[in-house]
Amino acid sequence: MSDVAAQPAPSLLANGWIKTGLIVAGVIAAALIGAQLDSSGTIHKIFVDPFQQMVQAPDLLAQTIWEGLVSGVLYALIALGFVLIFKASGVFNFAQGIMVVFAALTLVGLHEKGVPAFLAVFLTLGVMFVLAVTIERVVLRPLVNQPDIILFMATFGITYFLIGFGESVFGGNPKQMITSELYLPKGAIDAKILGGIVSFQKIDIAAAIIASLMIAALAVFFQYTRIGRALRAVADSHKAALSVGISLNQIWVIVWFTAGIVALITGIMWGARSDVSFALEIVALKALPVLILGGFTSIPGAIVGGLIIGIGEKLGEFYWGPLIGGGIESWLAYFIALGFLLFRPQGLFGDKIIERI
Amino acid sequence: MFYREAGQFKSTYAADMAVFPIRQDRIGIAVILLIAFVAIPMLGNDFFISSVMIPFLVFSLAAIGLNILTGYTGLISLGTAAFMGVGAYSCYKLTTYFPGVNVIVLVLVSGLFSAAIGVLFGLPSLRIKGFYLAVATLAAQFFLQWAFVRVPWLFNYNASGAIEVPQRLFFGLPITGASASPETRYFVCLGLVVVLTWFASNLVHGKIGRSWMAVRDMDIAAELMGIKLLNAKLLAFAVSSFYAGVAGAMMIFFWYGTAEAADVFNIRLSFNILFMVIIGGLGSLIGSFFGAAFIASLPTIMKFGLPALGVPLTGAAAEHVTFMLVGGLIIFFLIVEPHGLARLWQIAKQKLRTWPFPY
Repeated sequence: MSDVAAQPAPSLLANGWIKTGLIVAGVIAAALIGAQLDSSGTIHKIFVDPFQQMVQAPDLLAQTIWEGLVSGVLYALIALGFVLIFKASGVFNFAQGIMVVFAALTLVGLHEKGVPAFLAVFLTLGVMFVLAVTIERVVLRPLVNQPDIILFMATFGITYFLIGFGESVFGGNPKQMITSELYLPKGAIDAKILGGIVSFQKIDIAAAIIASLMIAALAVFFQYTRIGRALRAVADSHKAALSVGISLNQIWVIVWFTAGIVALITGIMWGARSDVSFALEIVALKALPVLILGGFTSIPGAIVGGLIIGIGEKLGEFYWGPLIGGGIESWLAYFIALGFLLFRPQGLFGDKIIERI
Repeated sequence: MFYREAGQFKSTYAADMAVFPIRQDRIGIAVILLIAFVAIPMLGNDFFISSVMIPFLVFSLAAIGLNILTGYTGLISLGTAAFMGVGAYSCYKLTTYFPGVNVIVLVLVSGLFSAAIGVLFGLPSLRIKGFYLAVATLAAQFFLQWAFVRVPWLFNYNASGAIEVPQRLFFGLPITGASASPETRYFVCLGLVVVLTWFASNLVHGKIGRSWMAVRDMDIAAELMGIKLLNAKLLAFAVSSFYAGVAGAMMIFFWYGTAEAADVFNIRLSFNILFMVIIGGLGSLIGSFFGAAFIASLPTIMKFGLPALGVPLTGAAAEHVTFMLVGGLIIFFLIVEPHGLARLWQIAKQKLRTWPFPY
């Protein structure tokens, strides 16, 4: 390491945030100047008109932000499952999306067979535990110490297997989530805010509350329990954890099971908003830009990233989407994430990877 | 006994550097080419050629493209299907504007468009790598797929939103469109694949390929050795997308005939090609062929082979079982041989070398 005194004083521009801010300010200034020059052209439509709409109809803005917030919570939940597994086992678990679908399908399928709703929830948890044990036994243990990409591909294998398995057991047609049996509220609250009516779906409010409770529970579990401490140790260093007598295999089962619980809750919430079907799998891919944004190893990153992506996506679709034909939701999230990446390659809260030669 | 290099002396560096240094390998490749060019068109029926061999060739080429990027340069991409789509659409637009130009030339030129788009979406690779990059390439996948549906100029404002391949002649013989025979289309695909594989083989064995592998193994060390990371990475993206683009154009022009991008060039295709590369073997051209054969022909075998064996599986159930089996086989192969089918091939060759006296 070189002598600190020998290094030149860090320039103000070396700070990524200041640089970002300057660039953003420059772009906005240029856009405003451009918008002054032509008041009805493209630049006006892109940079001024949407903001005017926002100011003129704040109730619509509030509604859009709320919807973004809700889908953001769901993205955050899926991303949370990814992060848990990535931290503990270094596996980029592509199967998280399908685990959500699988958990929800198991729950609904069991209920269809006549199992009472809450018993079905416990049975589904049991199924997720069996799944975690099986994955650890059959997939992770033989593949220990292989390159990351091999483990990544193995989770693809799990995805395919679960799709085939779920479809042949429960059938491929979309199912209705058992919301009323689980005492989840229905309907909407219409609130008068900002001179207009903003409607809040009760299920969305419930989803936000349950998600916050779960995240708090996870935080307590990680921070104050013996297993939680072991999990954090494994996340820090596999070798060091092994050397103090923590069983990696046991930890992996626990982590995959935790991800399974998160998947079940996500599945219930998501299933309540739409049908339970394998179409969710593609939607679950939306959780990936959340990961880039938040960093692969940070739970707060997953949450904040999920909210940013959710809100950004809905705002973009609502105010800027019509300019280029709509439907931009499918890729906007990735571009938001890429924009962040240019300035912070490790994500908002991700570990800075220091590379030595 | 049969496969031994004893007595084959190399007297020049060029001979030592040859792609096939052993005489038996050269005979082997000649036999394979003979089978591909003579035996299959003569013996195979139309169904076999058009639903097994042509898909196999198309996927092999796409897998070679992705292997150049992922296997040789170490950059994971999940946007291969989108780059294939760029190739297909630009070939369609080109043949609309230049109906007189030979369509084989246009297929190759459309690869250049795909390469340009690939370089554009490869730019993030200069800042990030690994899974972050994989997710970043998903941006290409979703954006381009969106563009294929939402930009009507790309499919000539067709009401159906699909591209329909017009009939094009090659020395008076129809090679695209409904009236082209499977054999003709097969020969065109085979010719393109052979030439492009030969080109790729020379590329990865030469200076460029070595610089890619240096970047893959350790990019900082490669930079210190004077390899420009910017050029090497972007070139890898360009070449890879070129191959993907040509494969995509071939897919539409010589295999499907008509296509809607949202159905064909979806993310599942990207994943399938990544499977081919990994199951086949990262950083191995022959592995790309093995992987393509494995992944592309598995569903067909399951669909038509199982009923023939007496396993009564039809429709949806067969599809589910296929999914489960593919998933299981992927995990099985990764556990048994994480280096792919190409590694098994190498082990077999090594065993053959000492056979029948291994000690």
